[in-house]
Amino acid sequence: MTRIIVVTSGKGGVGKTTTSAAIAMGFAKKGHKTAVIDFDVGLRNLDLIMGCERRVVYDIVNVIYGEATLNQALIRDKHCEQLYILPASQTRDKDALSQEGVGQILEELAAKDFKYIVCDSPAGIEKGAHLAMYFADDAFVVTNPEVASVRDSDRMLGILSSKSRRAEQNLEPIKEYLLLTRYAPERVKIGEMLSVADVQDILSLHLLGVIPESKSVLTASNSGMPVILDEKSDAGQAYADIVARYLGEDKPHRFIEEKKGLFGKFFGSK
Amino acid sequence: MSLLDYFKITKVSSASVAKERLQILVAHERSFKNQPSYLPQLQKELLQVIQKYVNVGQDSISVNFEQDDHQETLEVNIVLPDNHTKKS
Repeated sequence: MTRIIVVTSGKGGVGKTTTSAAIAMGFAKKGHKTAVIDFDVGLRNLDLIMGCERRVVYDIVNVIYGEATLNQALIRDKHCEQLYILPASQTRDKDALSQEGVGQILEELAAKDFKYIVCDSPAGIEKGAHLAMYFADDAFVVTNPEVASVRDSDRMLGILSSKSRRAEQNLEPIKEYLLLTRYAPERVKIGEMLSVADVQDILSLHLLGVIPESKSVLTASNSGMPVILDEKSDAGQAYADIVARYLGEDKPHRFIEEKKGLFGKFFGSK
Repeated sequence: MSLLDYFKITKVSSASVAKERLQILVAHERSFKNQPSYLPQLQKELLQVIQKYVNVGQDSISVNFEQDDHQETLEVNIVLPDNHTKKS
């Protein structure tokens, strides 16, 4: 059975594309045939984060309009042969996507035995964002511990539960998970940042994982490597944990507490 | 404010202010979530019709939509002022 996952947030700049690239690579590295689709028509960036920007020939809009086949548009990832990228169009306007067209692409991917399809949603609540979440089975709600992001996530949850295929056809609702990104435990400790518990209190979501604020996210995007491939980095490990947890492995949460310095380690201070 | 308050060093953290503001806002916005989108227009048109016959102000009409598992209720509440009848 194919599982369709939407990575969404409402607000822009919180880490949707970083997350989509990382988890798609994570699933593929675990041996699952995975596709990751960019729904941000007009402002595509997933190709850049995945490091395949120079190999884009056809895109999702070409497939919908019959100008290319799905096989022609899918780009096989250079790091992992189980991973395929379907880029967004850079030239067409955002209304070029249609619900039928997207539905057909997803069906075709399912017929090609893709296990996971990751839909990277654009910011906002317009057509691209709507189509990215419409067919989803699971939603990864990417949130920063910050007021605007939390509010927009809550708005997005409302849309997921009322305007999706599962809602319209009275099926089992989309499973929603919280991914708290750019988390800084040292700022939480001194009361400068909302804590994991605060955000969970407000959104009442199942926490899939916390990704700490990390320099490795920028260095990964600089070089076009999903951050999960940087196995030494905290953010890379946090995404690997998230993938494992989603696949049913029992991984205790990390990166919620402040890192202990050398002094702390020796003297056991909290 | 008592004299004691001057000596209190409890400073409210900005994170707890953020949490409180969000809880109020989110609860408020959720209450509007399932409302039909025609509600503001309905309220406006109802007011126009009522104002044709009765002297009522903008604030004296409220339209509420409530939903539970079994039914949806549309409640329209109009407060009539003492001198409400229009002379024609």
